[in-house]
Amino acid sequence: MQKESAIREPLILGDKTYHQITEDVCAPVEGKANKYWYIVFSIAVIVALWGVGCILYTIGRGIGTWGLNTTVDWAWDITNFVWWVGIGHAGTLISAVLLLFRQKWRMAINRSAEAMTIFAVMMAALFPGIHMGRIWMAYWVFPLPNQFGSLWVNFNSPLLWDVFAISTYFSVSLVFWYIGLIPDFATIRDRAVKPVSKMAYSVLSFGWTGNAKAWIRFEEVSLVLAGLATPLVFSVHSIVSMDFATSVIPGWHTTIFPPYFVAGAIFSGFAMVQTLLLITRKVLNLESYITVKHGEYMNIVIVITGSIVGVAYLSELFISWYSGVEYEGYAFLNRATGPYWWAYWSMMTCNVITPQLFWFKKVRRSLMASFILSIFVNIGMWFERFVIIVTSLHRDFLPSNWGMFHPTFVDIGIFLGTIGIFFTLFLLFSRFFPVLALNELKSILKSSGDNYKKQHHNE
Amino acid sequence: MSKAIYALYDDDEIMVDGAKTILSKNVRIKDVYSPFPIHGLEIVLGIKWTRLAINAFLYGITALTLALLGMSYFMIQDWPMNIGGKPSFDLYQNLPAFIPITFEFTVLCAAHGMAITYLIRNWTLPGVKARNPHPRTTDDHFAIEIDLSENQGVSAEDIKTILQETKPVEIFEK
Repeated sequence: MQKESAIREPLILGDKTYHQITEDVCAPVEGKANKYWYIVFSIAVIVALWGVGCILYTIGRGIGTWGLNTTVDWAWDITNFVWWVGIGHAGTLISAVLLLFRQKWRMAINRSAEAMTIFAVMMAALFPGIHMGRIWMAYWVFPLPNQFGSLWVNFNSPLLWDVFAISTYFSVSLVFWYIGLIPDFATIRDRAVKPVSKMAYSVLSFGWTGNAKAWIRFEEVSLVLAGLATPLVFSVHSIVSMDFATSVIPGWHTTIFPPYFVAGAIFSGFAMVQTLLLITRKVLNLESYITVKHGEYMNIVIVITGSIVGVAYLSELFISWYSGVEYEGYAFLNRATGPYWWAYWSMMTCNVITPQLFWFKKVRRSLMASFILSIFVNIGMWFERFVIIVTSLHRDFLPSNWGMFHPTFVDIGIFLGTIGIFFTLFLLFSRFFPVLALNELKSILKSSGDNYKKQHHNE
Repeated sequence: MSKAIYALYDDDEIMVDGAKTILSKNVRIKDVYSPFPIHGLEIVLGIKWTRLAINAFLYGITALTLALLGMSYFMIQDWPMNIGGKPSFDLYQNLPAFIPITFEFTVLCAAHGMAITYLIRNWTLPGVKARNPHPRTTDDHFAIEIDLSENQGVSAEDIKTILQETKPVEIFEK
C-alpha cells in the first residue's frame, strides 16, 4: 500500500469509504435536479436557441450578415474559434499531461474538464464551418477523390493543418473521455433501479465487467492515450497560431506565436475549468472531492501560464521595435494607443495584471477570489484574440483602407449562442454523467483520503 | 457453462491477501472483479501484461507511412501546385510543410486504432451484456472467481472452506 507524506494535504476530505464515493458521485445522476439547475438550464437553452437562430440566419443569408468589411475580413468568427479552442486545451492537459506526471489531484477534475474540452472544441469547430458560407460543402476540406481534375486540398497551408489538428484533437479527446467513462457508467448501471435508466446505462457502459485483465488494459490504454494526447495538446494550438504566424500581416507574422498561444490556451482553459468547477462542486455537493487545494493547484497553473503570456506580450512589443520594421512597429503602437486601445488594455489588465494576485496564498485559496479572477481571465483571453486579429487588420498598408469593425446582432447572437450551447451541454453532462472519475478516485482514497491519512499518521 | 464459486470482499487489501492464500493452497483463480484497478494484482494472479501499446505503435507507424505517401502523391506526383513559390517538386524539399499533418494523422490512427482494439479485446461494445457476478463489484466490493472445472482435484466443499479462511463477506455459487 502506497503511503503519502502526512504534511501533504488530503485530496478527499471527510470520512469517505469506497461506497460513500459511489453514493456522492451518483447522487446527481440518480436524484432529481434542483430548482437552480432548471433555472440555469432554461436560460442556457434560450440563449442557445437564439444562437442557433443566428446561425441559421447566417447560413440562409450568407456571411454578409456579419460586420465584416473589406479591411477587417476576419473578426469575431475567428476570435471565437481561437477562444473556444484555447478553452478546450485544459481538459486534455489535465487528463493527459498530469497523468504522465502522476498528479493525483487531476482525478477529481479530469472528467468534467474533459467534458468541457469536448464541448468547447465543438463550439470552436462551428465557426470555420459557418464561415465557409456554404456549410454543405464543408467536406471539401478533406482530401477526397473528386471530379475537379483531381484537385487536392493544399497540404502546405496551415488552414488545412488546422482541419487535421482540430479533428484529431476532438476525436481523440472524445475517445479518451469515453474510455474513462465506461467503468463509471457500469457503476451507475449496476445501481440503477428504473428499467429505462438501467437499459440506457447498460448500453453506455458497453457491458463493462471490471475483471483483472480488463483493468490492466484500461490502465495501459489510459497511459498510452495520455502519451499520445500530450504532444497533441501542444500541436493543436501551435497549429492554430500558425494560421496567423505564417501570414505576412504585421502583428501576425511572429515566431513567438506557437509557445505563446499554447501558454494562453492552457491559461484560458484552466480559468474556464475553475469557473465551472467552483459552481459544480457547490451545486452537486462535491466539496469533499473538489477541495480548496484543487483550486489552489489550478490557480498556480493559471499564474504561471499567465506570466508566460505576459512575457510573450512584452517580447512581442520589444521585437516589434527591435526588428526595425516600421509596419511591425506601427501595428503594436496602434494596438496600445490606437482606436482599439481599450481592447488592448482590457487584455493586459485581465491577463497579465490581475492573475498576479494569485502569488498571494490567501487569494489563491479564496474561492470567491478564484471565481472572480477566472472570469477576468476568460474575458481577457477573448480580448487577446480580438486584439491580435482585428487590430492587425483594421489599419493595413493603405491608409485609405483603414476602418473599424462593428459587430452586428448576428455576430453577437452567434457568440452568445455558443456560450448557451456550451452550458446546455455541460449542464446535461452534470445531470446524466458521473462528473467525477469514480474508479480513479477510489484508487487514491487509501493514499490521499483524509481519514486514511490520519489513520496512517497515528500508526 | 461450468459452475463457479465466488468470494466477495469489502476491501482490496483483504482480497489480495485472500488471493495469495487461495493460490498457495493450489486452488486456481479464474478471475477477479474489482471496481477500480488494483496495482500489483497481476503479479499475484500471474497475468501477462497487455500488448496494446505495441498495437498502438504499429497503428502509428502505418499512419505515418500512409500520410507521407499520400501527401507526396497528392502534392508532388498527381497535381503539383506552386503556392507562393514554396518548393513543391520533391518530398525532401516539401517535408517541413508535411510534418504537422503527418504528426496529426499518426496520433489519430494510433489513438483510434488502440481504442478500437481495446474495446474489441475486452469485448466491451454497445449491446454486450455485463458478466460481473455481483452488482457491487462495480461499487465497493471485490470478487474472486473460482471455476470448478479448473480445479478437478479439489471438491467444492474444500474450496469453500479455504475461501472461508480468507475473511470474505459472502461466498456464493453461480
